[in-house]
Amino acid sequence: MVSERHCVVRDGLGAAWPVCLGYLPIGLSFGVLAQKAGLGPLHVLLMSVLVFAGGSQFIAVAMIGSGVSAVTIVATTFVVNLRHLLMSSAMSVHFPGISRRFLALFAYGVTDESFAVNMARFRGEGWDRWRALTMNQAANACWVVSTVAGVYIGNLVPPGAFGIDYALTGMFICLLTFQFRERLHIITAVVAAVLSVSFSLIFQGNGHIIAASCAAATIGFLIKRHSRKRKVHA
Amino acid sequence: MPDIHYVLLIVGMGLATYLPRMLPLTLLSRRQLPRWLTDWLDLVPVAILSSLVAPVLVTTGTPRTFDPSRPDLLAAIPTLFFALKTRSLAGTVIVGMALYWLLGLVLR
Repeated sequence: MVSERHCVVRDGLGAAWPVCLGYLPIGLSFGVLAQKAGLGPLHVLLMSVLVFAGGSQFIAVAMIGSGVSAVTIVATTFVVNLRHLLMSSAMSVHFPGISRRFLALFAYGVTDESFAVNMARFRGEGWDRWRALTMNQAANACWVVSTVAGVYIGNLVPPGAFGIDYALTGMFICLLTFQFRERLHIITAVVAAVLSVSFSLIFQGNGHIIAASCAAATIGFLIKRHSRKRKVHA
Repeated sequence: MPDIHYVLLIVGMGLATYLPRMLPLTLLSRRQLPRWLTDWLDLVPVAILSSLVAPVLVTTGTPRTFDPSRPDLLAAIPTLFFALKTRSLAGTVIVGMALYWLLGLVLR
């Protein structure tokens, strides 16, 4: 049992490293921004632990700085993170009949990044919910540590060093290609990219992600259904 | 020490981020989903990943404007081919970072 647990932790941490690398520069710059907005290390720690959502935290700090009401900040946070509804739904197929308590704990770590990594891993062999949970928690720990560290040392790190700002983009590109299992997935990806870019130019904020994802998945679904019907009739 | 208003704000934000993450997992994973829904959900990951990354590559600024001449897109094309060819996550991340860094030096 001890060696099995050892493997779970090793595999989980092994999968988390690109996310951790990517979180480092973002976390540090968040710490810098938070400090400039008058927040201390304890404020940052509390927010990173309880909220754990990069984009919303940046927006919240900007809003705190300009004196926006708490209700507006919470409402904005909710809207910004609605896309996790979609991710959580897509992940649920990998947790059939798993206890509510485990899922409640696991859900805490659902982010764009952990979703991308876990969905790629679940497709292959040797990935399970404990490895997925370890990966989520490792990424979370990196986020918390780098945001708090940013309050102290964020100003000392040169921005853009060694292309580290591109770590998450590179990761997403690679994990996207892992999803190309059939031609239908590639078509869906292209449709999603076109829609997402178009929506992002028309509408501010980040509603374009959820809108483009839903629309592209629906278009892909209709294509699949249409071609299946044609096969039946032929 | 964070004051009570700040703590309340953070708890509110925490609930606003946690509930969308938690509810579908706990509600959907314990029931048999209809075929059309699993077919649709099967396409959601690829759609989300593409929707997340595409605007990062070709848009910039607030309000966003279309700009396909950024190092983000230039680095993404060889990075994408590298990922398709090698299927290596570690390699792709490192190649992407190196290309982006070099392009930043060259284009400056």
